[in-house]
Amino acid sequence: MVGDKLTLSQLQHKANDLRQDVIRMLEAAGSGHTAGALGMADILAALYFNILNIDPKNPDWSERDIFFLSNGHTVPIQYAAMAEAGFFDKSELMTLRKLGSRLQGHPERTMLPGLETTSGPLGSGLSQAAGAAYAFQYLDNQKHRFVYTIMGDGELDEGNVWEAAMFAGKYKLSQLIAFVDRNNIQIDGNTEDVMPLENLRGKWESFGWYVMDIDGNNIESIIDAVNTAKAITNRPCMIIAHTVPGKGVDFIEYDYKWHGVPPNADQAKSAIEKLQANDDQITSGEF
Amino acid sequence: MSDYLINPNVLNDDVAQDTIRGGFGRGLKVAGEANDNVVALCADLTESVQVHIFREAFPDRFIQTGIAEQNLVAVASGLALAGKIPFAASYAAFNPGRNWEQIKTTVAINDQPVKIVGGHAGIGVGPDGATHQMLEDIAIMRVLPNMVVVVPGDAIEAEKATRAIAENGKPSYIRLARVKTPIISTDQSPFEIGKAYILREGSDVSLMGTGVMTYQLLVAAKILAEQGINAEVVHVPTIKPLDNDTIVASAKRTGRVVTAEEAQITGGFGGAVAELLSEKLPTPLIRIGIQDRFGESGEPAELFDHFGLTGVHIAKKVADFINTSAQYHREY
Repeated sequence: MVGDKLTLSQLQHKANDLRQDVIRMLEAAGSGHTAGALGMADILAALYFNILNIDPKNPDWSERDIFFLSNGHTVPIQYAAMAEAGFFDKSELMTLRKLGSRLQGHPERTMLPGLETTSGPLGSGLSQAAGAAYAFQYLDNQKHRFVYTIMGDGELDEGNVWEAAMFAGKYKLSQLIAFVDRNNIQIDGNTEDVMPLENLRGKWESFGWYVMDIDGNNIESIIDAVNTAKAITNRPCMIIAHTVPGKGVDFIEYDYKWHGVPPNADQAKSAIEKLQANDDQITSGEF
Repeated sequence: MSDYLINPNVLNDDVAQDTIRGGFGRGLKVAGEANDNVVALCADLTESVQVHIFREAFPDRFIQTGIAEQNLVAVASGLALAGKIPFAASYAAFNPGRNWEQIKTTVAINDQPVKIVGGHAGIGVGPDGATHQMLEDIAIMRVLPNMVVVVPGDAIEAEKATRAIAENGKPSYIRLARVKTPIISTDQSPFEIGKAYILREGSDVSLMGTGVMTYQLLVAAKILAEQGINAEVVHVPTIKPLDNDTIVASAKRTGRVVTAEEAQITGGFGGAVAELLSEKLPTPLIRIGIQDRFGESGEPAELFDHFGLTGVHIAKKVADFINTSAQYHREY
């Protein structure tokens, strides 16, 4: 967690702010992935401002939790969260995807302190998270450190994911907490048309995982699920986070055509207006 | 010119032989003793790649991944993120043959000190045939930025090379042969990543070898000497970073270059030397190796003969080369 403990409504405002950053960044970049980044804003806000034990002023802190995106194409939402958390100045967000920027189109560990790995090519993040979790559990006896990663649902088409699922199940990696951003879209269409994933819960359970299905746009549900996952000490945990792609901007929501395109100037202006209007709807206060 | 200590018995019929993979296995145990962060992973081929020596010494630092080479190397990357020095081992045909993209992204771009161990490389794997005879690994690994590529020449050097890459802090690939091969070096011979070594000084042609082919070049040089041809033999156990100075200096001394590798000449060691010399010192050059075809089943010795990789075959090719090529840039 970064800074003081935020209330639920403050976290919701954070998520909404991050969405607006993403819209501005993608418009300025002129390319990038919009729908997934917006859909994952609540998860990233919950991670960076409530869940993760990290220090933005000391990104290599030896006691930190590990978090990285396996679905690296959604990285604008992570950059927005990192800037908000204080890893770097928010002004740098507008350099996304530009020549010389530390904010590469897909995350690169060696470019920006606070990024734990390089990702984009899908399917290998869960293996890396499992490797770090193995070290904490079996090699270094660091039971207080957790490893988090987020995969896209389309990413689950990759065979490497299921190699990692077997590995983590075999070694009962209880400090490994993985999310699937279950938004049902990928580049070529809806996931169940491109390559069906269901029964998704049953798949993970059969590999030895503890599985939770949650509303991935509900920050309270996200935090609850992670707390449950931390209490499960004999299995890795998979949080299937059902999210609305493009969440918060009605003309982007649910439309797979927004997977890999940025908003133009008019669309960005309209999206920001809608997100600002959403901000006024946030009323809930405490947990 | 060189203080390399060659095995004095190397050209005798009773030259000692050992497996390069065995040297690796012993070196890995020594590296593990030197540094607690060294861990080893294997994809169901633990004894074949001689990782069982490490496993028996450090059972808590050995990780079995099953037959899953993509997971093997990506888990290794995650272990490196947690501060470990992982050796990820399997057959070269699958590691890096199967999992090259994971190596590129999670190891090379990431600049993590994961050590990729490619066992049973080359035609020396024998009867298993083309699918298991990895000949393209040098090419696909040396093309990766950040990657160190080491191809030891014998079991003694393999042990030293393994200890060296454990300490170099870089993504690294080490290529291992299956069968016993002659010992060309001694315990006192130097090994440093990025260095090539003159094993035999000569004036008519430079024979540059990597891995097990250096021995065959020493045999060829002896045959050529009987014909009045004075060949220099350069051993190049590190293909990346290449020892440009030693290679260019040797080419300048002899004016003709022959490269030899148990791998595809396209993009491999011969390709690396050709790239270097064509920029720095264009020199007549031929490349001994696998000539843009796949391997096939057979006993290792039969295959070395079939593919023209023995000292006898090489001596003939070199003699023909010398008779048809002028010496360029020679220093008189």
